[in-house]
Amino acid sequence: MKISIKKFEIGAGMNISMIRYILCWVVEIEGLFLLLPCMVAGIYGERVGTIYFFWAGLCIVIGYIGSRYKPDRTEIFTKEGLVTAALVWLIMSFLGAAPFTISGEIPSYLDALFEIVSGFTTTGASILNNVEGLTHASLFWRSFSHWLGGMGVLVFILMLLPVQNGSQMNLMRAESPGYNVSKFVPRVRGTARILYKIYLALSVAEFVVLLLGRMNWFHAICITFGTAGTGGFGVLNASCGSYTVFQQYAIAVFMILFGVNFSFYFLITAKKHRIAFRLDEVRVYLAIIVAAVVLIAVNTRSYFGGLEETFRSALFQVGSIITTTGFSTKDFDLWPSFSKSILVMLMCIGACAGSTGGGFKVSRVIILVRSTFRRLSTYINPKRVRRIKMDGETMPEEQVRGVEVFLVVYIMIFALSTLLVSIDGFGFETNFTAVAATLNNIGPGLQEVGPTANYALFGPFSKIILIFDMLAGRLEIFPVLILLYPPTWKKR
Amino acid sequence: MQIIVIGCGKVGRKLVSQLTREDNNITVIDTNEDQVALVSDLYDVMGIVGNGTSFKVLSEADIEHADMLIAVTNSDEVNLLCCVIAKRTKCLTVARVRNPIYSRERDFFRRELGLSMIINPEFEAALEVARLFRYPFAIEVDRFAKGRADLLRFRVPGDSALAGRALKDLGHETQNVLICIAEHDGSVFIPDGNYVIEPGDVLSVIVDRDSSGQFFKRIGVRTNQIRNVLLIGGSRLSFYVAKILENSDIEVRIIERDLARCEELADQLEKADIVNGDGSNHEFLREERIEQFDAMLASMKMDEENIILSLYARDKIHYKVVTDVSHIEINGVIKNLNLDSIISPKSITAETIVQFVRATANGMGSNIETLYQLLDGEVEALEFAIQPNAPVVGIPLMDLKLKQNILIAGIVRRGKLIIPGGQDVIKPGDSVIVVTINTGYTDINDILA
Repeated sequence: MKISIKKFEIGAGMNISMIRYILCWVVEIEGLFLLLPCMVAGIYGERVGTIYFFWAGLCIVIGYIGSRYKPDRTEIFTKEGLVTAALVWLIMSFLGAAPFTISGEIPSYLDALFEIVSGFTTTGASILNNVEGLTHASLFWRSFSHWLGGMGVLVFILMLLPVQNGSQMNLMRAESPGYNVSKFVPRVRGTARILYKIYLALSVAEFVVLLLGRMNWFHAICITFGTAGTGGFGVLNASCGSYTVFQQYAIAVFMILFGVNFSFYFLITAKKHRIAFRLDEVRVYLAIIVAAVVLIAVNTRSYFGGLEETFRSALFQVGSIITTTGFSTKDFDLWPSFSKSILVMLMCIGACAGSTGGGFKVSRVIILVRSTFRRLSTYINPKRVRRIKMDGETMPEEQVRGVEVFLVVYIMIFALSTLLVSIDGFGFETNFTAVAATLNNIGPGLQEVGPTANYALFGPFSKIILIFDMLAGRLEIFPVLILLYPPTWKKR
Repeated sequence: MQIIVIGCGKVGRKLVSQLTREDNNITVIDTNEDQVALVSDLYDVMGIVGNGTSFKVLSEADIEHADMLIAVTNSDEVNLLCCVIAKRTKCLTVARVRNPIYSRERDFFRRELGLSMIINPEFEAALEVARLFRYPFAIEVDRFAKGRADLLRFRVPGDSALAGRALKDLGHETQNVLICIAEHDGSVFIPDGNYVIEPGDVLSVIVDRDSSGQFFKRIGVRTNQIRNVLLIGGSRLSFYVAKILENSDIEVRIIERDLARCEELADQLEKADIVNGDGSNHEFLREERIEQFDAMLASMKMDEENIILSLYARDKIHYKVVTDVSHIEINGVIKNLNLDSIISPKSITAETIVQFVRATANGMGSNIETLYQLLDGEVEALEFAIQPNAPVVGIPLMDLKLKQNILIAGIVRRGKLIIPGGQDVIKPGDSVIVVTINTGYTDINDILA
């Protein structure tokens, strides 16, 4: 009795009923998407389909009932936006993990949760020793979670949600990566639609290219999901190592395309090529890729049979790591340490803001570098006034400070997680790269968590820490932190 | 519609809050970063920081595909320039222009520069004030069906024939009238037949323009004509009110502190008395015999001065006290003060522009003809145009299943207001006036349960 009264007081300051309403929408949508693995099971005649079917039905019924009752007050302010985003991702993961455990394919619920969080956050870190042992339905659901998580579930729901006020922007901002989320068109709904249209078009393009490259349709669809969301779940134990040369090139190019800021594609479709090709972030992103590919290719030339293979391996791995996808064709854990260091650096830089990729984001790195140069120049000439610019426009100082704060929080989470994971007793390189690979939503790290290994060896506590890191990384830390910040739950 | 709003001041914000609800895609432009951030946080609009007179900024706002540009910055020149530049594309343009010098050249702007609408806030407000002086018993007058029907809000006097009677017992008193909204002790509701009217209640009634006089006579509300008005503060609003009233036989006296402004007014006005003095000084007002005036408008620079002056004048002025309040936001706070009528040029500007947008949207398939937010947004009165395929057509009103708290207050057919009874049916081509406490309707279908 006492507890229930307290619960009521906790929520009084927040628009709980609106959060409830949005969560119900999420549950309903997730239920509908769970029907997709049912169809796959139907095609392959797998009995696990019935589990997906019943679970989907349950989600749809609960979500449908809840989303019929629209609250009177529909405002979502910044605080509620962040809390909603975090809760949406938690609920999705808790529900999405269940079929794995019910079907017995991943017996431990914590492991299943790790797997699906890794899916939704587009990390691609697995606890499965034998991926090929899963049913097609589960493989599909695992890969599909990448696709849904890549662009974001809230962004998807914003296309449908019958609400018209500033609230939607607060939701979109909470889920989308980047220091400054902006709209393409005046309405959030329209912006969400454009994003999903670009996303769908690129995905279909990749699927078709892979089919033309004679890939089996099931592999093609799962690899497309993995690439589009920059996730990294494969369907084979060897990830992408056994695919043909053409298929590897295709995957590499599409990975890099999905790591580009989507406003680039929007500008292209709006016939503003001049502005599009002047986007600082996209140019730096491509420059980093070229530089890293050349350096790694030179460094690893003695490891491979020919020039082509060296180039292909370097391109694939650089594309896979900087976009935080995490596919692999070669075991880069065996590469020389200079190349490995480059890859670890790429892990921390990450893809462009406004893409489906994770990591620290290229634009933030650009801002920090420019901010450093500005600092240096004030030592030479203390009275000099300089503003930090992005794409030729002055950035508000508030945003620059925001990026700096983000860096600090990012490093703190990184350090704390490494410390906590080290309790399990593995080597520093393993722990460091495990945290780097989950916080940046990449997947494989080095050593014990390298491309040929997996995360099964960690204890339950470390898995929880890494699950937290994956969610924090996908939602860019603050939405997850605000859930744990006591004043959020104060009445006023 | 695709609309660009330049200027995120009070008027811009009010416009955005109305227009976003009605399925318009809006981009706002302002040079002040904080204002843009504020608006784009509150509403689902795109914000651009920049100067609206720059074509680069306008094309960033996608002026090529915009249907309308509304310029409401605080500078007349900027507003006009924005519109002239935007005219290079096909979009309609609306500019707020307040300086009387330009206002006189409205026709020139419209004809030669191609502006679609020029709005002068103080002039529009002055028209409203003049209307209130014409209906001194009403607190507020909203017009429907292009002026053929009025929604009048008035306070029930103690000696009224309505006092103490239930709505269902009223007979000939309410012929040709419908009581739509009742306010009692601070709460607002749509009354049913059992509601007993008490003295001091504020009622809103829908009434045919021609029969309003008879109605008020029947129920015992004084409808005396106003003979003289006192305008305190020589603002632009006062100037326009005086100008409008010059053509009537109402005597006007303006009190203004600043001598230079007094002289300026004396230059421009033919008939009004202009007195140089401090309108907030009660001794001075007594000397000016405030109690001999039938109506007063408080329109000095500060809202606070106007409010306090109106409270002071409330029981000295015979019929009507109008208060000019420019901060739209404080309406909620001052509504409990029992001020008679409050007028805000800024909200009127926003409302007028919204009407224009709706009229344009009507040509594009929307059905709202008129929308008034009454009583601080608690109640909405909407006028819908009825299409032949609307589901409400041809069914007697008593058989329509309506949502709660909805009243079909009037049917306008061929320019005549019909006060609907249960047997009446809605026909295609009518426009229907709906009063509701649930806000946010955009189509006549929304009222059905």
